[in-house]
Amino acid sequence: MRAVLETIGLTKFFGMVRAAEDLSLSFQEGELVGIVGPNGSGKTTLLNVITGYVKPDRGRIRYQGKDITGLSPRAVADLGIARSFQMPQLYLSLTVLENLVLALAIRAGRAREFWAPLVRADRLDEARRVLEQFDLEEHATHEAGQLPEGARKLLDVALSFARRPRILLMDEPTSGVSARDKSKVMDTLVPVLKGTGVTTIFVEHDMEVVQRYAERVLAFDEGKVVAAGSPDAVLADPAVRRALLGQP
Amino acid sequence: MSAGLTFTYGVVRILNLAHGNLYALGAYMGAWLVLGWGSSAWPALSYLLLLLAAVFIGVTAGPVIERLFLRRVYGKEEEIQILLTFSILLILEDVIKLAWGVSPLFADKPYTYMGVVRLGGVDYAGYPFLLTGIATVTGLLLWLVVTRTRFGKVLISVITDREVSSALGVNVPRIYTLAFTLGAVLAALGGAFTAPMFSLVPGIGAEVIVVSFAVVAIGGLGSIGGAALGALLVGLARATAVHLFPELDLFAIYLIMALVLLFRPQGLFGQVEARRI
Amino acid sequence: MALVLALAGLAVFLVVPPFLPEWITFLLTLAWAKALAVLGIVLLLRGGLLTFGHALYYAVGAYTAGFAVKFLGVHDGLVVLVLAVVTGAGASALLGLLLARYRGVHFGLLNLAFSMVLYAILLKFYEITGGTDGMRLPTPLLAGVKPDAQHLRLTIYYVTVVLAALLLYVAYRFTTSPLGYTLRAVRDNEVRVEYMGASVSQAIYCSYIVAGVMASVGGVLAGFSVGHIVPEVSFWTQSGEFVFVALLGGTGSVLAPVAGSIVFEFVRNYAFKYSPYTWQMTLGIVLLIIIFFLPGGLWSLTGIARRWGFATRRWSR
Repeated sequence: MRAVLETIGLTKFFGMVRAAEDLSLSFQEGELVGIVGPNGSGKTTLLNVITGYVKPDRGRIRYQGKDITGLSPRAVADLGIARSFQMPQLYLSLTVLENLVLALAIRAGRAREFWAPLVRADRLDEARRVLEQFDLEEHATHEAGQLPEGARKLLDVALSFARRPRILLMDEPTSGVSARDKSKVMDTLVPVLKGTGVTTIFVEHDMEVVQRYAERVLAFDEGKVVAAGSPDAVLADPAVRRALLGQP
Repeated sequence: MSAGLTFTYGVVRILNLAHGNLYALGAYMGAWLVLGWGSSAWPALSYLLLLLAAVFIGVTAGPVIERLFLRRVYGKEEEIQILLTFSILLILEDVIKLAWGVSPLFADKPYTYMGVVRLGGVDYAGYPFLLTGIATVTGLLLWLVVTRTRFGKVLISVITDREVSSALGVNVPRIYTLAFTLGAVLAALGGAFTAPMFSLVPGIGAEVIVVSFAVVAIGGLGSIGGAALGALLVGLARATAVHLFPELDLFAIYLIMALVLLFRPQGLFGQVEARRI
Repeated sequence: MALVLALAGLAVFLVVPPFLPEWITFLLTLAWAKALAVLGIVLLLRGGLLTFGHALYYAVGAYTAGFAVKFLGVHDGLVVLVLAVVTGAGASALLGLLLARYRGVHFGLLNLAFSMVLYAILLKFYEITGGTDGMRLPTPLLAGVKPDAQHLRLTIYYVTVVLAALLLYVAYRFTTSPLGYTLRAVRDNEVRVEYMGASVSQAIYCSYIVAGVMASVGGVLAGFSVGHIVPEVSFWTQSGEFVFVALLGGTGSVLAPVAGSIVFEFVRNYAFKYSPYTWQMTLGIVLLIIIFFLPGGLWSLTGIARRWGFATRRWSR
């Protein structure tokens, strides 16, 4: 089966820091992959490069067989790859509903309309459905800037999800979230993602989260993959334990 | 003067629209002192007076503005910060009118005293040479202070990371005040020493900030060397324009600025600030 | 609710003036005309952009009228208005190409710079523009009809108010449209906008043109009202005045600029008479008060403000 997303020999250096070194990865449609690794191992860089925020020094990225290296984030988003952020990137002064409705309007290519109203019945309906899926209905008319942390994270993912992407990249979806809310966030997210068949790649620091939810795990260190496989296998791997937990 | 502007921006991250008024205050104060106390018997005194005026203005207005006003908007959005300095500009404009009236002030003795210098068979006024000398010396001093002295190093650490510096025990608010005051002194210096060259009227503060911004934009915000280069370019452009197309001198300045910014939006020596996600 | 208020307000402005003394009608006309330029600034503020040179487009409009009358022999006010829309759009489309790339301080001052360049040009090319003497703008024909000399002020007033109200409505549609929201999103989070698939620079560029056209029309209307245009319409103090009024009125509604503008014109009328030397200082102090105590402007006092202005936004950088 052809991979929906592949990177070939991806390399990115920031000065002396090796963020990515000859990374050749491949992702299948619909799978749920976790990426772990110590800070600075290149996890976020991978997401940045795939989505076009940063240009790689070498290597290529292929999406559905098409070369997308060097495209802008906007172009990449249009093609169907969406991304959520380590620090939620929301429109803080707009309400949760407005955030989503805007995402829907932009998805429909209507960003430049200036006469018709943004808020329409059909968009509102779809937005409400997304809110339901993400368990955010109670916040519908609240300003995004006033949401509690867990809700912000969920909204951040919801905004990316509203684009109905083929691939969703999530950068630390549970970081900064209290321990109790972590499972709440993931228990809400994962069923939605699996249910819609979106290929999900998420970067995570929390090993438990990864162990519980990921189908496949990639372990990074200094820009290279040091282990890959099922969560249990990877987390038991001595090289991984050394890099992540400092254990011999 | 532009060095002061870019310096202030570099440290405090606020572009002080009222900087031109500090210049004007320096000019008026200087002119007033010279007219009041300068005497032909002891010409050097008038230069001292100009210097005094500049320092006085800088050292009084600077901290007042910084502590009373700027301090309250440090964390806020840029628009609010700019508006704040704009309102200070408005206030100072009228302060000048109230203090010194509307009729022009002209203290030309320091200028005429420098007489005429003969270079390559052409007569040049001597005063501009003095000005250039002072400007160069000041610029160098500033650069030296920033790069060589301990104060300079502390300054740079504050610019780079305010929080860390604070955690390390640096009295950040005091540094901000000092830096701003230094910028103010520079502005007033520019004003005081240019004052003898022309007749002072209310409104020079505003005129000057517009050109000064062009200089700073060309050189890159926060770069002192850039400001120097920018000033040079602007000065040359203006002189050329005045010589060839007198109507277009202002236009020439903005043309250069537009061209530079078109190809290098952050100015010649400015730094691009990337956003981290 | 706001709609009811708006229509009621409009009714008042249409019905009452015939009973008012002429000087009041004149001030009101000027206030409404300038409110359009202020509206342009408010629109851009929603995108997080503060321009200190919007008088540029105001001047473009005014001088388009001047040139149309003097060199093109156009006497019909409506034709002049259309021309002003064209020149306003053209100028802002041209300058917008450069300026839409900037934010914050750079944006504000670059606009200022260009407005001062225009000022310099208007001043120096006095054979064409009349220099400091300016240009006369005689009363225009309206759709071919010459206004009754006795009711001149009133006619110009009505035309101004009706046109301005129309443009206010256009601005209202703009603010509730996808483009309007994208603009606000740009202010909140440019990165997210790009990641969503919308273009930040396009949103800014389009908004800039709209703002420019608004100011341009305002310039024509103000020009006809006064009957005379001078290069000072492009001077930084004019831009500063627009910014001040924008903040005075608030950014909470398209109606706010009108409120702010009217208050401003009347207060200025009195203040100038009594203390001309402290006028700017007063402005500065009032601005300070607004910044610290009433960030939403006067409009926030009505409580109808809709989460648009500085005040109601929680900003956590």
